[in-house]
Amino acid sequence: MENFEPEIIAFCCHYCAYTAADMAGSKRLSYPTNVKIIRVPCTGKVDALHIMSAFEKGADGVYVAGCLEGDCHFKNGNTRAAQRVAHVQKILQDLGWDTQRLAMMNMSAGMGEVFARTACEFTEKIKQLGPSPVKQMNTDSYRQTQR
Amino acid sequence: MITAEQKPLKEIIDSISPYEKIFLVGCNECVTVCAAGGRKEVGLLASVLRLHYLKQGRTIEIKEITLERQCDPEYVEELASEIHRTEAVLSMACGCGVQTLAGRYRETPVFPAVNTLFMGASEAQGIWAERCQGCGDCLLGLTGGICPVARCSKHLLNGPCGGTSHGKCEIAPDVDCAWCLIWERLKALGLEKRYEEIMEAKDWRSAGGGGPRKIVRKDLLL
Repeated sequence: MENFEPEIIAFCCHYCAYTAADMAGSKRLSYPTNVKIIRVPCTGKVDALHIMSAFEKGADGVYVAGCLEGDCHFKNGNTRAAQRVAHVQKILQDLGWDTQRLAMMNMSAGMGEVFARTACEFTEKIKQLGPSPVKQMNTDSYRQTQR
Repeated sequence: MITAEQKPLKEIIDSISPYEKIFLVGCNECVTVCAAGGRKEVGLLASVLRLHYLKQGRTIEIKEITLERQCDPEYVEELASEIHRTEAVLSMACGCGVQTLAGRYRETPVFPAVNTLFMGASEAQGIWAERCQGCGDCLLGLTGGICPVARCSKHLLNGPCGGTSHGKCEIAPDVDCAWCLIWERLKALGLEKRYEEIMEAKDWRSAGGGGPRKIVRKDLLL
């Protein structure tokens, strides 16, 4: 467990969190390489299916990072994303997973520091939770899904 | 449309637990519109089930299929060539779809993944409300287009009961009193006099009291 390096998927809005990640890079702020960013045109585009697919394919943690409340480029995509995240958290709970493996975050394009800090904090949290229940089984069936 | 809601996950998992090859079959009609059993919900439930079994270290084969209409033999026939490859079918259609599948494929167990609720209309994005009980003798022309059978908690036909209060029903503060709605609508239409006409006792045989109902259109038979 000590050497566990989680795989984390971050669905980042093009207009805020993705740009904030860029800003973090420009400011030479480092954040864990465990976080793999998927750029989306708006977090409102992130569907429950996308989040579930990430977990199914082996993600130990997933977060959706959208604009600050009231600042969505498409008016309310971030609030819709938050509702979907809550819906998937309920599904994870039904499955017996820790709901902390999925999170919704909000930041603006200029918040490079916040992006780097939240990436570090989320990675630490997932490290504490350990590998996803799917990986913990380390079964043939899991390996088959990774082919 | 017919509305439905997904069953609790535990109930779904329990129903298919003895099987390792499942067809998860959605429907492109009503359950797609009410986001209970369309292509997207089929994908999501399949993903959830796979995660459940991966966690248990079990392998399960789930084939996702969404038929155009699960209550129509013509579309249900599409499964005929593949049904032998599965041990059970998990249907995300309404009760009509589940029964059509079960009637056509008698060798294969069919389980419902949704609870069929009511005939309803969309009030807003994500909200559906009951509007029709299929009583077989529509009164909407007499009641200003608001159904007392479906929307009055007591199915009263001649005005509200004593439980009406400020336009709401006594069963819950967010339930409108159907007869208040009817009165306001009749007033707006200038048809107040219609309210005074006494409706006779309803013949509930056409509403299902006379047994299962059926429509036979001889002009359409092949």
